[in-house]
Amino acid sequence: MTTPSSSTTDPVLSVRDLTIRFKARGRETPVVHGIDFDIHGGETLALVGESGSGKSVTSFALMRLLPDARHCTIEGQVNIGGVNLLELTERKMTSVRGPKIAMIFQEPLTSLNPVHRVGDQIAEAIRYHRKMTRAQIRDRVLELLTLVGIPDPERRMSAYPGAMSGGMRQRVVIAMALALEPDLLIADEPTTALDVTVQAQILELLRDIQNRTGMAMLFITHDFGVVAEIADRVMVMYSGRIVEEGRLEDVLTQPRMPYTQGLLSSVPRLEDAGLRTGALGTIEGFVPTAGNLPDGCSFHPRCPHARPGVCDTAMPALEPHGRPDHPVRCLRIEDIAASDMEDLSV
Amino acid sequence: MSAISDAPARRPSPLRVFTGPRMRKFMRHRLAMLGLIMIVGLTLTCFFGPYLLPYDELYIDLRARFSPPLTENHILGTDPLGRDIAARLFSAGQISLTVGFTAMVLSTLIGTVIGLVAGYFGGWTRTGLMRIVDAFLSFPSIFLMLTLAAFLQPSPTMITLIIAVTSWMEVARIVEAEVRGQASRDFTAAARMIGAPHWWIMLREILPNVTGPIIVAATLTVARAILLEAYISFLGYGIQPPLPSWGNMLNNAQQYLESAPWLAIVPGVAITMAVTSFNFIGDGLRDALDARSVK
Amino acid sequence: MSTLIEAVDLKQHYPVRQGLLGRQTAAVKAVDGVNLRIHRGEVLGLVGESGSGKSTLGRNLMMMERPTSGAVLYEGSDLAGRSHKALHPYRRKMQMVFQDPFSSLNPRMTVEDSLTMPLRFHQPELSAAQRRDAAAETLERVGLPRSMITRYPHEFSGGQRQRIGIARGLIVRPEFMVADEPVSALDVSVQAQVLNLFSEIRESLGLTLLFVTHDLAVVGHIADRVAVMYLGQIMEIAPTRALFTAPKHPYTETLLSAAPQPTVGARGARIPMKGEPPSPLSPPSGCVFRTRCSHATPECDAAHPELRSRAPGHLSACIRDDISLVPAVSDRPTSPRRKQSA
Ligand SMILES: Nc1ncnc2c1ncn2[C@@H]1O[C@H](COP(=O)(O)OP(=O)(O)OP(=O)(O)O)[C@@H](O)[C@H]1O
Ligand SMILES: Nc1ncnc2c1ncn2[C@@H]1O[C@H](COP(=O)(O)OP(=O)(O)OP(=O)(O)O)[C@@H](O)[C@H]1O
Ligand code: SF4
Ligand SMILES: [Mg+2]
Ligand SMILES: [Mg+2]
Repeated sequence: MTTPSSSTTDPVLSVRDLTIRFKARGRETPVVHGIDFDIHGGETLALVGESGSGKSVTSFALMRLLPDARHCTIEGQVNIGGVNLLELTERKMTSVRGPKIAMIFQEPLTSLNPVHRVGDQIAEAIRYHRKMTRAQIRDRVLELLTLVGIPDPERRMSAYPGAMSGGMRQRVVIAMALALEPDLLIADEPTTALDVTVQAQILELLRDIQNRTGMAMLFITHDFGVVAEIADRVMVMYSGRIVEEGRLEDVLTQPRMPYTQGLLSSVPRLEDAGLRTGALGTIEGFVPTAGNLPDGCSFHPRCPHARPGVCDTAMPALEPHGRPDHPVRCLRIEDIAASDMEDLSV
Repeated sequence: MSAISDAPARRPSPLRVFTGPRMRKFMRHRLAMLGLIMIVGLTLTCFFGPYLLPYDELYIDLRARFSPPLTENHILGTDPLGRDIAARLFSAGQISLTVGFTAMVLSTLIGTVIGLVAGYFGGWTRTGLMRIVDAFLSFPSIFLMLTLAAFLQPSPTMITLIIAVTSWMEVARIVEAEVRGQASRDFTAAARMIGAPHWWIMLREILPNVTGPIIVAATLTVARAILLEAYISFLGYGIQPPLPSWGNMLNNAQQYLESAPWLAIVPGVAITMAVTSFNFIGDGLRDALDARSVK
Repeated sequence: MSTLIEAVDLKQHYPVRQGLLGRQTAAVKAVDGVNLRIHRGEVLGLVGESGSGKSTLGRNLMMMERPTSGAVLYEGSDLAGRSHKALHPYRRKMQMVFQDPFSSLNPRMTVEDSLTMPLRFHQPELSAAQRRDAAAETLERVGLPRSMITRYPHEFSGGQRQRIGIARGLIVRPEFMVADEPVSALDVSVQAQVLNLFSEIRESLGLTLLFVTHDLAVVGHIADRVAVMYLGQIMEIAPTRALFTAPKHPYTETLLSAAPQPTVGARGARIPMKGEPPSPLSPPSGCVFRTRCSHATPECDAAHPELRSRAPGHLSACIRDDISLVPAVSDRPTSPRRKQSA
């Protein structure tokens, strides 16, 4: 797997201060609060977080697929190739979706049209953007279906989505997304609806394609197992903010933010299977609903390290706290790090 | 568990269908509110109006035949026998609205029971019952009604029954579809698992979840029933004179359309008002009670 | 250990009707000859891919659906042949927790109504006040405050609803409970809470649990023994640790190797699953797994592998004893991992 050559090359995608608010009944509810991140070519950035944290909304914003300005406002910058997508007209945007940035959705059932043959659906995506003859398009479709590992592509081209298994359909969806060789692929929980065996195949396929094409990938999931399989870097999202960001091994083995620590300790481990390791770690309470965030650090009501008078007063910034490649959003990070050292020495 | 707030629980209301966002949504529906106001006004007028009038509906004043509206004490004029039209309109309204309401209650009952049983049990029960529904629907109901009305003694009770028997199928279909959805949900399975009897599951578990669509269907059925009653009475098979009904008032007005148009206009407007009001209310309820449209 | 509930050659076939006349042309063999014993007080995990028949087996054991053939023995007496009425006393002993926390509670019933409902039919001698008390107590048992008893389901989060669903199962003090993917719809942190609740109640109430899931890490955490299902048949049953450290069936091997693990360096070597899942309408002849098995031999086409004992308490339905399979985890003590102080 290609490791990101971070600072030397320009990032494929650069998001700055992205803020998303939904409007309903005359009220604006902020759902994503000023997030920043970069993704480089050949790199996979995983966006992890619990349900409702704003992962899908973020990805829809990058694709400009959110409802129109009457229902939601998007601020900030989404830069791809020096262009801020948020400033493009809808017409220009259509020429960006596909060749520059493409997306795979969670539901393999609903992202394909059941009344069209899968070959035609992939061809359609190509025909719109490229001047190619029918024969060329057909060859390209065959090539794509082969690329995503669909056996007997000649025959499968003329099949309808209904006649395919969930895993095969998701492969077709991936083929469509890859049809125009995008620089960035956004995958919003592409394997959540699939069986583990199929999920393993799809993850392998995505890694393989990335190695060959060098595309960048934003991979959204709530499953740390999947993160470990696919990501180079990880961003943890909580209530519409990035609370921790770092290289895969750093985040998995030395999580800094109490939320990430809590999440990781609540995941049952395969290597402990049958050992009766006792209760899983839990995070008390619930994810606050958007628009009802507590004052101070959004996580403080659930945080075992929270201090009244500290954590409920100011929103911490996402800062390195001594480790530039592993910033974290926590007011008590120094104290927590110190107490962890004590734990280890005991 | 410190996680959950111990705030005092909200008082559950038995009429939760009508509280909160649904109610607000209904109130925002302008036409529905207009309909509601009109129908309440119409009902009150029909039932209490007669006490304010100097004449009753059967009082014949041959000197005042064919008085146009607003002559002396006859606000809406008189008919060919000199009877006060306002008085007749109100007492006809009492009959027409009562027939409409009662027919609605009966047909909703029949439709709900059949839909509930068909949707809950499924399989052959469903196939059999829904075939009956189809059979009733495919039969021209006006024809059926006129045949029945021609053979039976046309009293208001009989007319009500006839209308009810020919208009329950819509409700049955709606209820069946809704119940089928509810019966496949896990809480129904949970109730079956516990050994709850079928009647209990149908009445206590499922029925409360389908009241919305039933109410909507019922409202639209009133409109239909009023129209049907007017229709049969207009054709002369319904409520028989001297008992007035909006339909037979129209019938009587036929011969005098040119000389005394108010004879037709007055009951016509009443019928239109009643029917459109109920339709508006039904539309408003449908919007408000549609589960998908309320968060 | 005594057997509480047992499936004997259990089959559930769903007819598929096609054509104008609606003739039966084929059948989905959702459960196809399952033999299974669940011991009193144990947690038996049931894993397998989507469509393998896990839920159907669970429903059969609960007598929510009568099996096409075979027997379900509860403490030795057959349930499958019993009338609706004769099943009633058993209904109290067996309860179910459902997957979808949104459809498993009646939206028009308060928590109190949902919880007291089972008591109406099983302990009609209780007064309304007694039923209410029992409901409040059970609600506390699953970690929700008593005061929430008058609320409606829509006022709760998914995890809380799942707790209410568990409380509804517990209120009649069952001996046996089927939990059909009870944590699949929940976020990880909430999933951990509900799993802890299950561990706690099975311990304190001595409950026997059939825990259906497709998540191997979850089953590894909660179960004492695990049964692996494929196309309506049980491929392997073993004590949990043995299944993960020394699988005896190629399907288990493949399934385990596909499980994503949140550990660095876990990425990589996989036993690939060959081909596509066969249609449940026409399962392969011979061993049902042979079309996807990387160890299949020509003998597998004709064989009908039965569950055979391969180690103490370890049964596998594979004819090949000669292969050694790759375990998901090696059998060495794992380093203690950091637990967050709760
Ligand atoms: N169209 C919309 N209008 C108003 N609010 C919305 C809309 N779409 C999403 N939201 C809100 O935005 C927040 C984030 O939602 P989002 O779908 O991004 O979560 P997510 O992290 O993708 O969760 P999941 O894991 O469940 O997919 C939620 O609180 C949601 O209610
Ligand atoms: N009522 C039914 N009628 C017809 N076929 C059914 C019925 N219920 C289940 N099946 C079929 O039986 C097979 C097994 O289904 P089942 O729901 O038991 O699988 P499962 O292992 O629980 O899968 P999942 O993980 O998706 O819940 C599937 O092929 C399914 O389509
Ligand atoms: S019997 Fe043959 S095909 Fe079946 S699992 Fe064993 S080796 Fe594979
Ligand atoms: Mg999402
Ligand atoms: Mg299932």
